[in-house]
Amino acid sequence: MPEPSGPELSTAPLPADGVVAVVKHDCPTCVLVADVLVEMVRAGFVSTVVSQDDPAFPAGIHPIDDSDLELSWTLGIETVPTLLRFDRGTESDRTEGWARDNWERLLGVRDLAPGLPDWRPGCGSLSVDPARAEELMVRHGAGSLASRRIEIGPQEDEFEAMWDRGWSDGLPVVPPTPARVLRMLAGTSRAPDEVVTVVPPNLIPCSVEKVALNAVLAGCRPEYLPVVLAAVEAACTDEFNMHGLLATTYFSGPVVVVNGPVAHAVGMNSGGNALGQGNRANSTIGRALQLVVRNVGGGLPGEVDRATLGNPGKVGWSFAEDEEGSPWEPLSVARGLEPGQSAVTLFAGAGVTPIVDQASRAPESLARSFAAALRGVAHPKLVIAFDAMLVVCPEHGRVFREAGWDRARLMAELEELLTLDGDELVKGAAGIDEGLASWAAGRTLPKFRPGGLLVVHAGGTAGMFSAVIGGWASGAAGSEPTTRPVRWP
Amino acid sequence: MGERRGRERADDPTGTVALMAFVVLDPTAETSPASRPRVARPRSLDGRTVGLLDITKARGDVFLDRLAILLEGRGAKVRRYAKPTFTKPAPLDLRQEIATQCEVVIEALAD
Repeated sequence: MPEPSGPELSTAPLPADGVVAVVKHDCPTCVLVADVLVEMVRAGFVSTVVSQDDPAFPAGIHPIDDSDLELSWTLGIETVPTLLRFDRGTESDRTEGWARDNWERLLGVRDLAPGLPDWRPGCGSLSVDPARAEELMVRHGAGSLASRRIEIGPQEDEFEAMWDRGWSDGLPVVPPTPARVLRMLAGTSRAPDEVVTVVPPNLIPCSVEKVALNAVLAGCRPEYLPVVLAAVEAACTDEFNMHGLLATTYFSGPVVVVNGPVAHAVGMNSGGNALGQGNRANSTIGRALQLVVRNVGGGLPGEVDRATLGNPGKVGWSFAEDEEGSPWEPLSVARGLEPGQSAVTLFAGAGVTPIVDQASRAPESLARSFAAALRGVAHPKLVIAFDAMLVVCPEHGRVFREAGWDRARLMAELEELLTLDGDELVKGAAGIDEGLASWAAGRTLPKFRPGGLLVVHAGGTAGMFSAVIGGWASGAAGSEPTTRPVRWP
Repeated sequence: MGERRGRERADDPTGTVALMAFVVLDPTAETSPASRPRVARPRSLDGRTVGLLDITKARGDVFLDRLAILLEGRGAKVRRYAKPTFTKPAPLDLRQEIATQCEVVIEALAD
């Protein structure tokens, strides 16, 4: 039952003191208790009867006609019959259905209707009937929404209209009707007008409502909204640098890795095809973030987005870590959050590079395969300037678990394996003009800056295929991987 | 359901609902860019202060060094500036500094 919101509604026809009964004729329990109600009205124990579907029911007592369900909505009625007691304008007691004990208590009478059974359940209130509830939600809630209302003419196709207004990333978007936006906003307890962050490139203060609107466009379910809000907050920080990430000619876009119980609760995929299609939460959470950048921030490809090639993940890229099957603590915990805390980690990912190793059963050998693949991030001769995320699949994770390698051990091993000879990295080395300037000659250099390599566990249980997600310009000069808690539930 | 297109409603034999508009909410910032007139271009750079902003992309300085020599040869006074990183917008202080100290600015984007 959505809480009534928007302007306070009048319950003017109701008494400040007394008992109100809400009924509908199309409810056998209401029909069963009709004679009792009439008797209680005539005896003065019930002040007012409100009828949802038949102003002539119960006969002979002139109930209030609530066929527009205004009173039922305002009172938050879920079941009929409902008895409510008011004292000085405030509800002090309520009982649903027919339960003799409860009615006697609320009415202050004894030996009520001895001919009736002790108890009968009520029926659903018309104000929560799916056929009516949505109309009521829009009637009462839409007033709390600040966004401009746009009328699409009856001759227009609504999906074409979304496209024509420039709101789409190239795929169809879900039309953000007031009802859909209100349903989406039910996914968070945050107020629609609360400013979440300032979105680049146009530096627009962005409300919860605008995030919800774009989550509707993206195809999110309401329960994803807290994750989307956390992702938007994380993206629009100076450390993550969404502005630069958008503007760069490089491939990268935001990758959202989700940790903690929220990932399971909203049905995210951390298993087979975790980096692929087919799971609604994975496909739409990252898309909602990108649509916020597009529609609120004004970041459009070909305008501020100057990507030479881009990557398919820029439509939206999110996945969950497989925490249960992981040999290690979750990524969010490795990055300083408490276990069990739901979180997003944003990474400026450029695309997926496979690591095939179907032979290694020893962690030393597998780590060497990982290092060989990681060396290729951006260019085998470029170091420190680009971060990477290593996605370890379950069959590879098993090798480390069985050998007792914790996360720190793997990281230390990779650091050693990726300490490179500067002579191999300078311009001209290996017959390649790209590379470091002459200062690098005679030194050893790490492939990744401290904190520039992230390790996460995900994927299907079959296949010795891990992945490298290459990053973008690293650290303060570019983008810092950014972890933020999800305010959930 | 209420949000479906009116014209699709089976419970609307009179067709009155079909004429109602379909309402969506605007997902954008609902802003329009402010329009400001450009500063008039100087007829000559002679005696003018020209700011050269290096965004710190590789070899941008090579281009700007050459420009500085050419500008000074034409009587302009050159001031040099640099962004801390090319990946982020220039800090507000830097933009203010350039705006107050220079009459003309050239920004180098190089790679």
